[in-house]
Parts: sequence; C-alpha cells; structure tokens
Amino acid sequence: MTAQSNDRPAQPRPEPILRVSGLNVDFYVEGEWFPAAIDVGYEVHAGEVVAIVGESGSGKTQSAMALVGLLPPNARVSGSVKLDGRELVGMRASELQTIRGAQVAMVFQEPMTALNPVYTIGFQIVETIRAHSRMASKRARARALELLRLVDMPDPATRIDYYPHQLSGGQRQRAMIAQALVLDPKLLIADEPTTALDVTVQAEILGLMRDLRRRIDSGIILITHDMGVVADMADRICVMKDGRIVEAGASRQIFYQPRHPYTKLLLAAVPKLDLEPADAAPRLPSPPADAARPASAAIRQPPAPPPAPAEPGLGAGGAASGKGLSAEAGEPVMASEGLTLEYPRRGRTGAFRAVEDFDLRIGPGEVVGLVGESGSGKSTVGRAVVGLLPVHAGSLKVAGYQLNGIRPADLRRAREGVSIVFQDPGSSLNPRLPIGQSVGEPLALHRLARGKELDARVAELLEQVRLPASLRNRYPHELSGGQRQRVGIARALALKPKLLIADEPTSALDVSVQATVLELFSELQQEHHFACLFISHDLAVVELLASRIAVMSKGRLVETGTAAEILRHPREAYTRELIAAVPVPDPDLQARRRLAFERRARP
Amino acid sequence: MSQNQVPAPDAAPAPDAVPAPDAAPEPVAGGLANLTGLLPQGDLAAGAGENAIELKATEGLSQGQIVRRRFWRHRGAIVAMVFLAGIIVLVTTSIGWGPIPGWWKHNYSSTYPIVNPGGAPTLVVSLTEGVHIGEHPFGQDTVGHDMFAMTMRGAQQSLTVMVLIGLLATVIGVLVGATAGFFRGKADTLLMRFTDMMIAIPVMVIGLVLGHWVNGASALTLGLALAFVQWMAMSRLVRAEFLSLREREFVDAARVAGASSTRIIVKHILPNAVGVIIVNATLLMSVAILLETALSYLGFGIHFPDISLGNLISEYQSAFAQRPWLFWWPGFFIITIALSVNFIGDGLRDAFDPRQRRIPSKRKMARAARKAAAR
Repeated sequence: MTAQSNDRPAQPRPEPILRVSGLNVDFYVEGEWFPAAIDVGYEVHAGEVVAIVGESGSGKTQSAMALVGLLPPNARVSGSVKLDGRELVGMRASELQTIRGAQVAMVFQEPMTALNPVYTIGFQIVETIRAHSRMASKRARARALELLRLVDMPDPATRIDYYPHQLSGGQRQRAMIAQALVLDPKLLIADEPTTALDVTVQAEILGLMRDLRRRIDSGIILITHDMGVVADMADRICVMKDGRIVEAGASRQIFYQPRHPYTKLLLAAVPKLDLEPADAAPRLPSPPADAARPASAAIRQPPAPPPAPAEPGLGAGGAASGKGLSAEAGEPVMASEGLTLEYPRRGRTGAFRAVEDFDLRIGPGEVVGLVGESGSGKSTVGRAVVGLLPVHAGSLKVAGYQLNGIRPADLRRAREGVSIVFQDPGSSLNPRLPIGQSVGEPLALHRLARGKELDARVAELLEQVRLPASLRNRYPHELSGGQRQRVGIARALALKPKLLIADEPTSALDVSVQATVLELFSELQQEHHFACLFISHDLAVVELLASRIAVMSKGRLVETGTAAEILRHPREAYTRELIAAVPVPDPDLQARRRLAFERRARP
Repeated sequence: MSQNQVPAPDAAPAPDAVPAPDAAPEPVAGGLANLTGLLPQGDLAAGAGENAIELKATEGLSQGQIVRRRFWRHRGAIVAMVFLAGIIVLVTTSIGWGPIPGWWKHNYSSTYPIVNPGGAPTLVVSLTEGVHIGEHPFGQDTVGHDMFAMTMRGAQQSLTVMVLIGLLATVIGVLVGATAGFFRGKADTLLMRFTDMMIAIPVMVIGLVLGHWVNGASALTLGLALAFVQWMAMSRLVRAEFLSLREREFVDAARVAGASSTRIIVKHILPNAVGVIIVNATLLMSVAILLETALSYLGFGIHFPDISLGNLISEYQSAFAQRPWLFWWPGFFIITIALSVNFIGDGLRDAFDPRQRRIPSKRKMARAARKAAAR
C-alpha cells in the first residue's frame, strides 16, 4: 500500500504538509470491530490537490475525518497522521481543537446544514477569527470582508450581513470556503464540496478552488465520487475501495493508464458525454475507454433516425417498431400545450408558478430526456403528468385522458397507463411494507390480480428487474440502494404502463450501481416499449437513454431536439452553458473545456 | 449480461450470517462484469463500509424485530415491565376482580378486629425473626378495615382508569390528528382550533366539572370522562407526524398506484406513525394515573364507599403522623405504577428512535479488540 502511495516524481520535493501512513479506522458494532479504513497512506504537499475517490462505503470520508478527530465515539483510529511533523493520532482533544480551524479546515457537502441559520455569515466568519486570535471585532470584520472578496462573493459588503437562507447554494458554499480560509490553513479538506450544487454552479466553485490553490498555497484533500470533478481538479488521486487504497498516482496516470481493475471499472461506469461530432476527435486510446464502449453501446438506444422536431410522435419509429403498437403509433401518449403549473397558496406565501407554457409531446415507445437545473420545474412536470399536481392552465393529455379538471374516478383509470419511478428509493418505498407488497400494490388496487396470481405476478416483476423472488418478504432497509431502485422500477412496471416517468432515478446511486440500473432500464424499455419521460440533471445519463432531449430553465422549456442536436449543436445559450459546465472525466479534455468555459464566462 | 449479479441474500439467512455483500458495487454492464472477480477479496469484515456497518445492525430483521431488540436492551424498561406485571397479577388475584376469584381472606369493605395496637401492620421482615405476613400485613385503619385489601381495590380502580384513559384518548387523538394532518385545509383548521380550545382550558378544571357531573362515579365513568380531556397532546403529535409523512414519496407512489385516501392513511401512514403513537400512549397513561389520583384526592373522583389510591391518601392524610402506613402503602403503589409506565414509555421511545445509537463502553470495545486479535 505504502509503495503505491509513494508514486512521487523523482525530483526532490519539500517535506509534505501531511503524511498519512498505516491509518486504520474501525467502528464498533454489536460487539465487534468493523474496519472502515485499512492501512491508508498518502501525502499532501503545499499547493497540491489530492483527490480521494471511491463509492459510498469505501471509507473515504471516514479516513479523512480521522485526520482531524471528527469521528463518532464508537470509532477507533490507529496508525500515523503527521501534520508538519506533528503526530495527530492520539493527540488530546484540546490540542486537536487548536489545530482544527487554525491549520486544518473543512468544507462540507451541504452548506445549508453546515452554516448556522440563525447568524449572519459575517458573524460566523468573525466568530471563527476571534475564536483563534485576539483580534478586535472591527478588524475581524474587515478581515471577513476581505475573505469574502477572496472567494469572489458578489457584492461582499452587503452579503456579509446576510443570513444563510438569503444566499443561493453557490454563494453559501463560497461563504463556507471563506470561513474555512480564515486562518490560512495549511490543509483544506473538502468533502464532496460540489455534490449538492447544480453543474453551472459547480463549475464556478471548482474554478474558485483551483484559483485559491494558487493564491493561498495550501494542500487540498478533495473527497468525491465524481470522476469529472476529479479530472478537473486533482493533481494526484487515491482510489479507495472497501477501506483500502487500491491505486494511487498522478491524475493523468490514473485516468489514462489505470492499473487496478477497480479503477478501470469505476472509470468505465461513468457515463460520458459524447459531444464531439463523430470522428472529429479521437476518443481516448486508454483501456477504460475501450472497455467502456461495449458497456455504453449496450445502454445506448439503437440509433433512431432523427425525427423532425415538429413531429415527435414519429421519433418512436426507430426505438419502438415492435409489435402491438402499430394501432396507436401515431397518437402521442403524452401531449401538453401551454401547460402551466402552480403550487397553491399556503398561508401568507402566495401561489408559486413552477412551470409556464410548457409544450411537449411524447410518442408511444419514445424516450424523452428532460434536463434542467434544480428549481427549473422539471420534477413538477413529472408530478403533474401522473396527476399528483393539478393542471393550472393549458392542456395536458396523458394516455388518452385529459388531466385538466379530471374527475377522481377517471384519474384512477388514467393512472393505469402511467407510472413513476422516484428519485430517492429510500423514501419512495414504505419502510413498513415488505417489498413484495409494495410491488404488488398497484395490481391489487386495480383488481388485476389477487391471491396466487398476484404472487406469481410479483415474482415475475422482481425477476424482470433481476431481483430474486425470495427478496419479496424483505423490508426496504435491508436492501442496498441499487436493489431498492430496482424494486421501484418493478412497481412502476406492474401495470404495464404506456408512459413511465423516471424522476432522477439514478441520482442517489453510486456510479457503478447507476450503470447497472441504467442498463436494466434501457433493456426493459426495449422489451416493453413503454414511452418514457426521463428527468435528470445529468446530461450524460440522459444522452445514454433518450432519443430526444428537452431543456428546461426557470419553469420554461428552453429547447427541444434530438439528443445529437442538443448536445452537439445547441441553439440556445443556456443549453450551451449547461453542456460546457459538465466536467468530463478526462483531464486533458476537461482542461480544454474549462478554458473555453472560462473564456465564455469572462469575455 | 449481468443477470443475477445482485447479491442474492436467501429467504432465511442464519441470524448471525456474515454481512450480505450489499455494499459491494453491482457490476457494470457487459464485459466488465467479470472484472469484479479480479478484485481482491479481502476478508469479509473488510468488505463492510459505513453502509454495510449500518446494515449489519439491522440485517435480516423486520422493523418490528429491530424495535423489540432495542427495547429489550433498555434495562430500566425491562425492570419496569416486570414490576408492572407483578403489580397487575397481585392486584387482580389477591382480592379478586370481577369473575376472577381472590385468595386473600379479607375484603375491602368489612371491618375486622384490630390486631396490633393502633392497627399497625403485621408484616414483619427482619433478619432475626424472618418474614411474617400476619393477619393485616399493610395494617388497619381506626375502624378496622384491612389496608391490604383496600390498597388492592384502589390499585384496581386506578389501573382501570389508567387503561381506559390511555386507550380512549389515544383513539380520539389519533383520529383527530390523522384527519387534520392528512387532509389539511379546512378540516385541519377546524379540528386544530377545537384542540386549541380544549388545551386552553386547564385539565384540572374540566376534570373537576366532569367529576362533579359523574359524581360518585365508578372507575369506568371517570375514565371515560377524563379521556375526553386528555387526547389533545396526542392529536397534535399525530398531526405533526402525518404532515411530514404525507410528503414522503411512498405516499405519492401509493397514490399513483391508485390507493384511496383511507387506504393511504391506514395502510401507509399509520404504520409509520405507530412509534409516536405507542410512546405517547404510554406516557399518557402515566399522566392519567396521577390525574385520577389528584382528582380523587380532591374529592371529585372516585368516592367512598368505592376506593381508589387517591381517595385513600386523601382520607388518611390527617393520620399521617400517627398511622403512616395508611398513607405509605397507597403512595407506594401510585409511585411504582407511574414510574413503571414512564420507564416503559421511555424504553419504547428509545427503541422507536432510529437515530439513537448506543455508545459502547470502553470495556466492551476492548473486549471486541481482544476477540479480533485472537482470531
């Protein structure tokens, strides 16, 4: 392990800021110790970004938390962590306290929960300054202002007196970074700093962090699962799996010549945006790229002839030329015209118009991707299509039923033809029902099957999503995230819907799990020929599945077109910006894209 | 392709089976699936990440089993359960209750010749003389009533009132809270304003008025009456729980599946709110027993000739200096019952709270480390 972490360039370098060696973290559960990190070792130099990548449960966060002693009381740490030559493992809590903040600072994933909502951000930064030094409050405030300027907070003199809820997600993350930089830490630990942010905001924050590295010359440990972010930021990479570092090395080496099979697997599982026009730029000559081809080719739709945007119904022709559909081939399964959706007035807050003037048609068997940033109203559209939200104005026709002002009895019948897969499989399954019952519920409620027949159908549905039928008596908390999402898909398919809404079905999953779920999804789609509205913020995922893509922003439809059109020849500026902001898991390509993005951002 | 690559935990794993390899990434599509075979197969424990560690604690168990297991670990609650069960058995069998025959020789209404001077207890527990129950173990009052029989009767009445209030107030509270929380809007406003109104009136005052109406009432009528002033806290909590649960995606999923509102409430939301309901029902019961005692003490609850623990205390409070046993024994039962119920409620609350994690003791951690080293 240590041999791998010593992959340093040959020339002599100054002493590293941080040297971790033989670090073990164990957790006590039910009378036994379970290792979360085993023999972890790496070094961080000044001005260097070391990325620790791995999937959830790989021990990446736990091993980083162990550096600063921020682990729950049922954890134990052994090994050695030397910060500037001082041993941190086994240090007394009071001493560690002075090191946290002063020499090591942290940036957390969710800035809304990491900042205290009842104090202004200025107050919180000043408090951090004064906790570590005797500075007069006026000077501390001046310093806070200076820091906010350093992190490019727009209009810092005003924003300093804002409360966290008054700031946008990106601004909050900037405030948190400013707070972390208060005492010029030697080491900055960023735990998934951009995971909760939209891609365009993520691009800005990543830009800021790159910039800061040059300005403050501290080492940065970046913990993330997003290979695109890694490619954008990291100088060196440690890949963790099951608590061990399986491969470590320079960024380009990991991306272009990965040696460990797990690294290859991880890289192959990342859906990649195919932006370049065919054959314009050679794809990566590396093994992962080769390995990735069959995988994503399997996922990809059979290349449908690009349908004319005006007649989306015909777009189904390529994908859904199966039997049994000919009768209704022309009739779209979903059509909206001037659709406007509102969240009703509640108390003193007025009604909120989430979607306005939304026109979209989905032909039978057609997969349409709906992308947009958070708050763009894309999930709202999905909820309206399954009748969870009333239509405010305009028309929405789904599976032959006009949903505008529909009677409850008709809505029930309409719902036989449409179903939905939710984003969070943990929340969309009733924790008190065995999954067999959850899957069978639509069948039982629509009186389509009962008793033995119902059991057989449930077993069949679980089989379809590649789950053993024996899982039917399990409860959701006993399944992994990927298995839960399969259950969600099985339930959505129970009524053999004509239209399936998939509301970010993979965004809560790890990349490798996401890859299998997406593959399953596309197989099922080809088998059952259901039409699908695939909602996602991830363009790469949408590209894998959808033949057409619709882009939403601020409640309005910005642009629709075939996947190729949208990705390679976007007409609208917003779409271009969205595409440019997606980090690509390829350091060289990403460097070029970043330059282009920054040039566009600051003309 | 990658069929059946999903870790397939079988229908009935041994309770102590190794962690299901849920945390292992599901293999990627196509030709990459075989790569997983190349990955180093560390020992099983090494395969457990944070998620697996959490899964380990809940593996192979239904939600109910997890709650039961956590409850059994709460020592206070278990001791309290034993105490309460003991009291219930003693109270029902000693002087008999309804159809159940009693084994105690005296009853609570007759007077008997006074055995000890002043009616002092005949119960003797000492090292030299051993244990003697005697004729009147809890003593007698000035007239010669048997205090043991009276205390038993009082406890019967108090327990009846407690259970009645607990059940009835829970039912009313859940109905009101569920309706208000699920349907919101007008129903919510109406029901909650009514609840507010009920809360605004001091319970004791309503209790007094009701007690006055049902004057000389039995435990049954008193319990019914008090239940109508005790449901408000429950309805508020259930409403809050429903408000948050109805926004969960599984409720939307059920609605899309075609479930009616009644079905969603009964089948989907209520089972998820059961923790809150059970916990508060127990705590409600401990309040109920004290409320009954207080009212009886004030003379508005159960009246002579019938007996409750509260009216025993009130009856004999003037004799506290001369005949303390008339005061202590009913008091002891009140405290024991109330404490037991409280402890059980506490244990249930801990058991139902998934966020609570036990912090292991140093000794336990060291033992586990030795065990690991030995392996």
